[in-house]
This record gives sequence, structure tokens and C-alpha cells, in this order.
Amino acid sequence: MTYSKRFDGRKFDEVRELEAKVGIIKRAAGSAMFRMGKTVAIAAVYGPRELFPSFLQDPKKGKLKCIYDLLSFSVTERKRPGPSRRSTEISMVTVDALEPVLDLSKFAYTGIDIYVYITQADAGTRTAGINAASLALADAGIPMKDLISSVAVGKISDKICVDLTKEEEDHPEGATDLPVAMGTRTGQVTLLQMDGNMSQEEIKEALKMAKKACEGIKEVQVKALKDKYKEALK
Amino acid sequence: MNDHGNRSNNYINLLINKKTRIDGRQFNEFRQPIEISYNVSNKAEGSARVKIGDTEVIAGVKMDVGTPYPDTLDQGNLITNSELLPLSSPLFLPGPPDPQSVELARIVDRGIRESGMIDLKKLCIREGELVWNILLDIYTINDDGNLIDAAALAAIAALRVAVLPKLEKDKVQFGEFTKTKVPIKSTPITCTIFKIGQSLIVDTNRQEEESVDARLSVAISEDGQIHAMQKGGSIGFSLEEVDSAIGLAKKASEQLRKELTK
Repeated sequence: MTYSKRFDGRKFDEVRELEAKVGIIKRAAGSAMFRMGKTVAIAAVYGPRELFPSFLQDPKKGKLKCIYDLLSFSVTERKRPGPSRRSTEISMVTVDALEPVLDLSKFAYTGIDIYVYITQADAGTRTAGINAASLALADAGIPMKDLISSVAVGKISDKICVDLTKEEEDHPEGATDLPVAMGTRTGQVTLLQMDGNMSQEEIKEALKMAKKACEGIKEVQVKALKDKYKEALK
Repeated sequence: MNDHGNRSNNYINLLINKKTRIDGRQFNEFRQPIEISYNVSNKAEGSARVKIGDTEVIAGVKMDVGTPYPDTLDQGNLITNSELLPLSSPLFLPGPPDPQSVELARIVDRGIRESGMIDLKKLCIREGELVWNILLDIYTINDDGNLIDAAALAAIAALRVAVLPKLEKDKVQFGEFTKTKVPIKSTPITCTIFKIGQSLIVDTNRQEEESVDARLSVAISEDGQIHAMQKGGSIGFSLEEVDSAIGLAKKASEQLRKELTK
């Protein structure tokens, strides 16, 4: 059996409806909301600020740290508050996804904290989180060579699809999940994970689809950043 | 939130002594707009977002079944938890819940519990064996002062719209909701009165909060009865001040109640 029509009627290379807003948390240096379909992520950036414990301080550059977590009621079965192995790993790969485009050389000895929380989850939470975090860093005025855009590509049955929903992830014929983040200007892939079953050819196709999707995501991100200042000028 | 004790800010104190506030409000006046929106997460049995000025809190309800506590064999349970997200203030740090966060959850919990807001007896499925658990989680999103009142309002708003999930053969069918609402008997509002110098004010913003010497949170039901109180801060209240604070809380809380029952 093949997956010939997507559950929500999207084209195979079509991302869900996107929404982005910058500056949603006034106390933070930078903040953003990013929604992909029914997945909603919020992110805030604090710093550069004094970094503890002090052995983490780097005389050459600022230290980027991230906490990613799901709100307990963002998922079907309540997620116990506090870090899990999953959230700890995602926090780490989020840092690795974002750091390559940042210039932290001016922020020696300091720390920059990114906090990402998922308020409503419908698959693709790490990618929505990275999209929000990238915007929050830009909003905080951290020097960046590029924005990072992120999307997951998957395989359901024998079809490569972009930006899977939870329903698709739970497809009985098993979905391969391949989350990607990239700077579309520099062309660098900064997050790449995968679990499932794919051939080299399929991965090549999946990454091509991811790149196209990320280009669309970046447009939404850029617009959100510009909108904040348009709003301010009113 | 304030727990900095007597860290006085001369300018704020000067204004308060002149019976004015830094943003021009009356002492008994909440910031505007007060906004309550619902269905923050479609995965929750009930959820709400509250904004008071720039302070923002979200709360959500998830439900589960379990065995009752030995002293309440015929009642469901309410379990309240809060997290002061490091996303919401530079002063909140990641890690295990600190006393401030535990206190926040307990103040909110007592207001709900003691006012009898939820009919816990109706949440008993089989006495002594199976009851509903209400898991109420509160998260701060932006701390611009007076988190307690915003958190309590968000929690109560989320409970008021919460529905039971589907139960089949004693197992909760997660993600499937019924139309049965969580049984609500009353609607308490928690209103905190802050003492700066000799003055009592409501709804401090962040700048004011740094000058707060003490606070008294009061949970009031619609009939004007008081169901829970909590005094915090590094100085005391005189008996007259306690009385005025309760009177002020009863009046000022109507500003929040109005939004809730809109």
C-alpha cells in the first residue's frame, strides 16, 4: 500500500500553515513564536550576561546555552515537568543547529541563554523550536551570518513528505523522520538527525525537499522580523 | 514576583507617599488590558492564557485516573504545579522548583481547594478504588509583576472550561474528550495586596515590585467569603492593615472577576 494522499490534503513537498511573531516576551532580550500547523513553539533569549559556573566562561567567545521543553499539557498524555533525556538531547542539538551562524567573538566570557517551550505539540516540535529560537536570537540583536530555518522530512510507506503531523508520524506503515536545520543563504546543514529506513537516494531527495521548505520558512521568518519594526514605526 | 524584602526604590516610594503611581494608576486599579484567552493547547482538557498588562501566564489542565487518598476515599484529587520559566524573567533560572515557585502553586491551589471551587466528590468513579485526578500546571511567560494574581486567574479560567477525557474500562483514552465539564461549584479570585511604606496597593508592576515591603494574597469567592490567605515579605502588617487589605482585595478582585465571567 502506498501513501498516495496526505491526511490533511497537503502536497508532499508542502509545509503546514506557518505563523511567526517576534517580540512576544517583553522581559527577554529577544523572543519569538513560531507555529507550524498545530505545533506552537515560543522562544526567548537572555544575554549576553554573566556566565555561571565560571569554568564555562570562554575567553574567546560567548557561550550559547539552550533549554528546550514541552509544557505538560502540550501533549496528549501529560508530560511530567522537568527535563527528560529527550528534552536534554534536543536542547543540545538546538545549540549545535544555531551556533554555526552566530558570531559570538564579541561576547567573550559571557553566556547567551535560549529558552524554547512547546505550548502545543503536533510533531516537528524541535524544528518549530529552532525556527523560533533563530528569530529570538535575531530579535536580541546577536550578530548572525544567516537565519536558521528548520523542517522535518519523513517517509511514509514509500513517499517522501515534508513537515509531518503527529497523525502522519503514527502512520501504521511507519514513518521515517529526518529533521533538518539549515542556513539557506550559506547552504550549511546545521541539524541533521534521522530515524527509520531510507536509501541514499531517498535521503538525497529528502534533503532537497528540506532545502526548498526551509527557503519558504525563511521568508516567513524575515517577514516576522520586519513586521516588528513596521509595528514600531506606526 | 517580589521577595527581595525591603529593597526600597526611592522614586517609587516617593510617588506612593504622594498617593500616585509610576504609571498613573489608582492604588486599587489593575493594569489594563486584562485579557483571558482559552484553548492555548488543543491537547489539554482545558487551558487559558492570562495577560495583566505585560504580565503573562498560561495554565492547563490534564486529567488522569488513580486510586484515592486514604483520607478522601470518595473524592477526586487536584494536583497543582507551577514553573517559573526562565523564559519569563532574567531572574528565573532553570533547575528544580525553587521556594518561590512552590509557594505560587500552593497559594493558587489553596484558593481553589478551600473555596470548594471543584466538586471533588463528583470526580469519584468508584469509592475507595478509582477517582479522577486533575493535574493543573501553571507556567509564567512574562514576569512584569504580580504573577500570583495572574497565575490564579489563569488556573481558574482553565478549570472553568476543562472537560473530562473519555474513560473506557477504567482507562483514560488520551486525546479523546467528552462534553462533560469538570464540576465547578464556585469561582474564587485571588487578589494580592502589596505594602509599600505605609500604603496598600494592588497589581504592582515590575518596577513597583522591587519596592514592595510585604504582600498579602487573599482568595475571595463570589459571595465575598475569604478562603485562603498568604502573607509574604520582610515586614509585618498591623491588624488594621490586614483589615484594610482584605477590604481592598474584595473590591479590587471584581476587576478580575468581571473579565472571567465576560
